[in-house]
Amino acid sequence: MRFFEYEARAIVKRAGIPVTDYGFTTDAQEAKEIAARIGGSTVIKSQVLSGGRMKAGGVKFADTPEEAEAHARDILQLEINGHMPRGILVDPKAEFEQEYYAGVVWDGTRKQPVMIFSPVGGIDIEQVAEEQPDKVGRRHFSNILPFGDFEAKEVIASTGVTGSALNKLVPILTKLAKLFVENDMTLAEINPLARMADGSFVALDAHMDMENEARGRHKALLKDLGVGDDETREAREPTEFELAGEAVDSQDHRGVAGNVTEFDGNLGLVIGAGGGSLTLFDAVRKYGGDPANYCEIGGNPSVAKAKGLAKLVLTKPGVDKIAVMMSIVSNTRVDIVARGVIAACLELGMDPSEKIAIFRIPGAWEEEGFKILEKYGVEYADRSVSLHEAASRAVAKIQGATA
Amino acid sequence: MSILVDADTTFIVQGITGREAVNLTRECLDYGTGAKVVGGVTPGRLGREVHGVPVFDTVAQAVAHHGSPIDGSVVTVPPAFTKDAVFEAIENGIKIIVIVTERIPRRDVAQMVELANLRGARIIGPNCLGIIVPDVIKMGGIGGPAKDAAKSYKKGSIGVISRSGGMTTEMSSTLSAAGLGISTAVSIGGDAIIGSTYAELMPLFEADEETEGIVIYTEPGGRMEAELARWVTENNSRLPIVAFMAGRFMDEMPGMSFGHAGTIVEGKEDTATEKIARLAEAGITVAEEISEIPEIMKRKLAERSAA
Repeated sequence: MRFFEYEARAIVKRAGIPVTDYGFTTDAQEAKEIAARIGGSTVIKSQVLSGGRMKAGGVKFADTPEEAEAHARDILQLEINGHMPRGILVDPKAEFEQEYYAGVVWDGTRKQPVMIFSPVGGIDIEQVAEEQPDKVGRRHFSNILPFGDFEAKEVIASTGVTGSALNKLVPILTKLAKLFVENDMTLAEINPLARMADGSFVALDAHMDMENEARGRHKALLKDLGVGDDETREAREPTEFELAGEAVDSQDHRGVAGNVTEFDGNLGLVIGAGGGSLTLFDAVRKYGGDPANYCEIGGNPSVAKAKGLAKLVLTKPGVDKIAVMMSIVSNTRVDIVARGVIAACLELGMDPSEKIAIFRIPGAWEEEGFKILEKYGVEYADRSVSLHEAASRAVAKIQGATA
Repeated sequence: MSILVDADTTFIVQGITGREAVNLTRECLDYGTGAKVVGGVTPGRLGREVHGVPVFDTVAQAVAHHGSPIDGSVVTVPPAFTKDAVFEAIENGIKIIVIVTERIPRRDVAQMVELANLRGARIIGPNCLGIIVPDVIKMGGIGGPAKDAAKSYKKGSIGVISRSGGMTTEMSSTLSAAGLGISTAVSIGGDAIIGSTYAELMPLFEADEETEGIVIYTEPGGRMEAELARWVTENNSRLPIVAFMAGRFMDEMPGMSFGHAGTIVEGKEDTATEKIARLAEAGITVAEEISEIPEIMKRKLAERSAA
């Protein structure tokens, strides 16, 4: 879960890393008051979970509180890449000597976090890494031992930074590492980290990402930041169809039938499980099919859940037929899924043999499942028909129907 | 032969009294020559039995009851308790741990892996279905009930490594139907950090005389395939590898960003397109469809034996 800049800065501040005397607001009048309190020139920054806000006009400089108010009014109404801002940040326009970079991220291959430090900050770190590799220090650290001062010194010194700057940076890096670990972050980045005229360091901006799976153990922090349980913070807001899919899944605790993503095709998909659904979505597209959705079903869902999901997909505008397909299942019962999708058709007054393009779920209780499908004239397949073959048959059928 | 487990492997099930764990225990006991499930652990349930398997409060009690070290553990406890359960297994001398549990934060996984490395133990998973040696043993839910598992997994010469539990069975079934069969199949899990990656299992398959080729199932995300490609190139592997890549469509989906520092570490190695190119460079053929895998493998095996 991505944090807004004002939240990321609050997290950095709580960790004991110096930040500027900034203010967050959703009100232009209040922006003026914050700017007056700060005194001098300020920066007004849009708070959106989207890149490219500078280019979009979401960051503006002000010399007076009145100018700050005017910019705030504009920016609060400015949509950036489809997102309206959560509010604005009023920040002192910092007079700094040099910009640095400090970040922590996971390295999945080493299975450890890695501290990344550079005395060249403020721009894309990957660009620095490419053009001036000697200016980017990296150091993996233990998941069990705390990140030590010596480790901070080593990574800073490896980039050629020495003197009082090195000693002042050490506690910032150790605090950043601690913050990353204790808050289950997947990314904790201070960029830029500025060295001021008096030699002190201040975090001017920060990016923080928390692992979704770990949200439950950081309730206090999220509550303090005002992040609601229902805030998904995904790249786009879920559609009504997708929310309805979640509702189907939350009907009861047995199995999964949901995790729906909406597309605008005519072939509805009731597919699973994790790897099977990725494979089948690719297969449908490979054979020229036009998926109406992506979804996952598995883990032995109840008949009601399978029915709920099938009904949702069948009633989606533009859907002509559905394909019910999975890789060979072990704990999901084939007959239960068959019952669910047929009940969905019948309850909607649809003919299962017409609406279900193909049913390809081999595995546990398949004989019982196939008997039910046969009774309603639904085309089904066992494991001798591959996932791709099943997908191609479904596509051929829907193309035949629309031709 | 096989890797990781064989007919003599003893193991326990941690969280054995849970609904899914009870089924899993039954499946393992029934499969092949009958798994040696020597105990189960659920705190507070000492003295119970699950399909004849004695239940203990702690791993230490299970080991004491068994009277000698226990080889493995299948861990199926809720995510909040998994790390402690795995630490408990490791600190009681268990060397092979299959973690079934889903949705474990990666910090916890990384800690478990680090402790396992320090103690010479190995973790498979989390979020996986475990290990199966056809007709001999299965450790975990892989393949489902014994009679279903027997349909999909025939004894043979191909090692299977898969990030998706379900696709482990789908691919193995295809290989079995084509007469190639399976030496050992391992469901490794699809999380960002896992106990054993393709590259980490390769030396075991390389040393297994029965294994003549490897089939892997893979997806976008992470660097595991790049790591495999490097391993194969650097070690001049004797084993031909065929890969299947699902989720190619994800390359066209916007909004997947790992942030700046993430990009440095992950590089451009995490999209389907990049992965396919990298695998191909290492001589690993990426099949377009699963049904093509046996033919490609047979061709590669013939090329190897001719060379």
